Amino acid sequence: MSVPRKEAMSEPARTPDGPIEADGIRSYYGRPILKEPVWKVPDVPSYLFLGGLAGASASMASVAELTGHRELVRVGRLAAAGGALASVGALIHDLGRPARFLNMLRVFKPTSPLSVGSWILAPFSGLTSASAGAQLTGVLPAAGRLAGGAAGLLGPAMCTYTAVLLSDTAVPSWHEAYPELPFLFGGSALNSAAGAALVGARPCATRPAIRMGLLGSGLELAASSRMERRLGVVGEPYQRGRAGALLTAARALTVAGAVLSVIGRRSRAASAIAGVAYLAAGACTRFGVFRAGVNSARDPRYVVAPQRDRLRGRGGG
Amino acid sequence: MSSVYRLSGLLADPAGEAGYRDDHPERVGFFTDTSVCIGCKACEVACKEWNLVPEQGLDLLGQSYDNTGALGADSWRHVAFIEQRVPDPSVTSSGTDLGMPGIGAPEQPAAAEEGSGMRWLMSSDVCKHCTHAACLDVCPTGSLFRTEFGTVVVQEDICNGCGYCIPACPYGVIGQREGDGRAWKCTLCYDRLGDGLEPACAKACPTDSIQFGDLDELRERADRRLAELHQDGVGEARLYGRDPDDGVGGDGAFFLLLDEPEVYGLPPDPVVTTRDLPAMWKHAAAAAASVAATVVLSFLGRRR
Ligand code: SF4
Repeated sequence: MSVPRKEAMSEPARTPDGPIEADGIRSYYGRPILKEPVWKVPDVPSYLFLGGLAGASASMASVAELTGHRELVRVGRLAAAGGALASVGALIHDLGRPARFLNMLRVFKPTSPLSVGSWILAPFSGLTSASAGAQLTGVLPAAGRLAGGAAGLLGPAMCTYTAVLLSDTAVPSWHEAYPELPFLFGGSALNSAAGAALVGARPCATRPAIRMGLLGSGLELAASSRMERRLGVVGEPYQRGRAGALLTAARALTVAGAVLSVIGRRSRAASAIAGVAYLAAGACTRFGVFRAGVNSARDPRYVVAPQRDRLRGRGGG
Repeated sequence: MSSVYRLSGLLADPAGEAGYRDDHPERVGFFTDTSVCIGCKACEVACKEWNLVPEQGLDLLGQSYDNTGALGADSWRHVAFIEQRVPDPSVTSSGTDLGMPGIGAPEQPAAAEEGSGMRWLMSSDVCKHCTHAACLDVCPTGSLFRTEFGTVVVQEDICNGCGYCIPACPYGVIGQREGDGRAWKCTLCYDRLGDGLEPACAKACPTDSIQFGDLDELRERADRRLAELHQDGVGEARLYGRDPDDGVGGDGAFFLLLDEPEVYGLPPDPVVTTRDLPAMWKHAAAAAASVAATVVLSFLGRRR
């Protein structure tokens, strides 16, 4: 054996082309340990955003149906169907083999959030399309109501399963965020749907949507601040660079949308601007979270540091 | 055999868990003893040849002799090269001059302070064929499956290129092939196993750094080798991925390393992401309930 002895190794090696060390973390030439997601931008962040918008819109439409808010039924059904179909489109476009999309429904696998998600998304898009079709054509209104009601029940799952989709990976900033991410996405989906309503309905009809936007914004902001406070080092990617900027923009737009939706509630134009702000906030949230995760996978520090801490905690390293 | 699919923890028989009958073959794997790796890359070449893995063009990475870089869709074995400067063993009190050929001029006492000896670490990395394989768990199409040998294989005629397995793998092993769109990785030469042959890399390895066999036996062999090295004073030798109670339930392909795992580009304490999946769904269900309640709440109260 030509291997030097342990004592000789007490100083970690530091050569220009040897292992790179930053913050006491050793790595293989600074190369990533994980593969970063190959999911395409804008396909996948859009899929996350549109799915949330569609889910909350469907639920809004079905409660509006029960309470007789006709205009919100119309806007909700259209936003739900439009969002769902666009979301499916983005998902298919992202596949390496789009022609094999239907293999998603080949099995039902509870251990795969994408399988579970596909089994939510497929009936959801069918149901929302049927209810939107009935809305637009006036044909079979009862069937449309039924389809809309069923879609409304699936809606909340549409808003939050995408958080599990991201968290169920080795990507440090997504995985560690699993307790808050579904609340962040759920809150954001609520104000996205409120945004669609503010854009598409007359001010006299949007009162419930305004309340929904306010509550959703509260949920979103609370979840995101809790998440960043709790995460420690793997929370950094949510604060840095383009991801940090996107998420800051998302929060600013959320607050702007919320304020404007209240003070401008009698003006069609002001309401529409508030709605657009909400929708833009939802998109920024998904693009920001997506990017933060990719950045955390790229940097071996975010993989090694928490694992080293864990080992130290167990007294093993 | 158990009827509950375990997401993490001890699991003696992953093939049985996947539904194979009790007469399925023994679980097989690799024990890669990096202390005898000479960095010849015969494994990389043999793997490419046997499995018809496409080339990636000529990359000069400037990272020692490593021009492969990492495992991926088109690299199912990857030999890592690490050059470490260490104090010359001949001038340290604890070392013995083994008469090994050195690099550079003979040591001068003044320079020895910094340490001017150097050592190579070479290690042939591969898919770990995890006991609890995240790639397999998250695959939505059932393309990734557990073989009767306990290994993890992609069925390329089913894969639709969703890419979920790629960020799910805690080791960064599996990748998407460019221009093809599907996910590819080591199959532990599933076709050869069926014919009673050992995998191409193990066959080609001239020093037996890559050892193939029944996993139980490999684990015993590795324990013996580790004890031997420790006895010889190689205190930094350690096994990686051997323990069935680690975060992935133990690796089907495990290693003997001479430094910390991260130095070789390996995660020091990987955990299968699906261990936390039940908790994730619980949080998502609570969040979905909050969304539903919020919508209902918003419609209570004044209409305008
Ligand atoms: S090392 Fe990665 S690709 Fe290989 S079985 Fe484990 S999770 Fe799957």
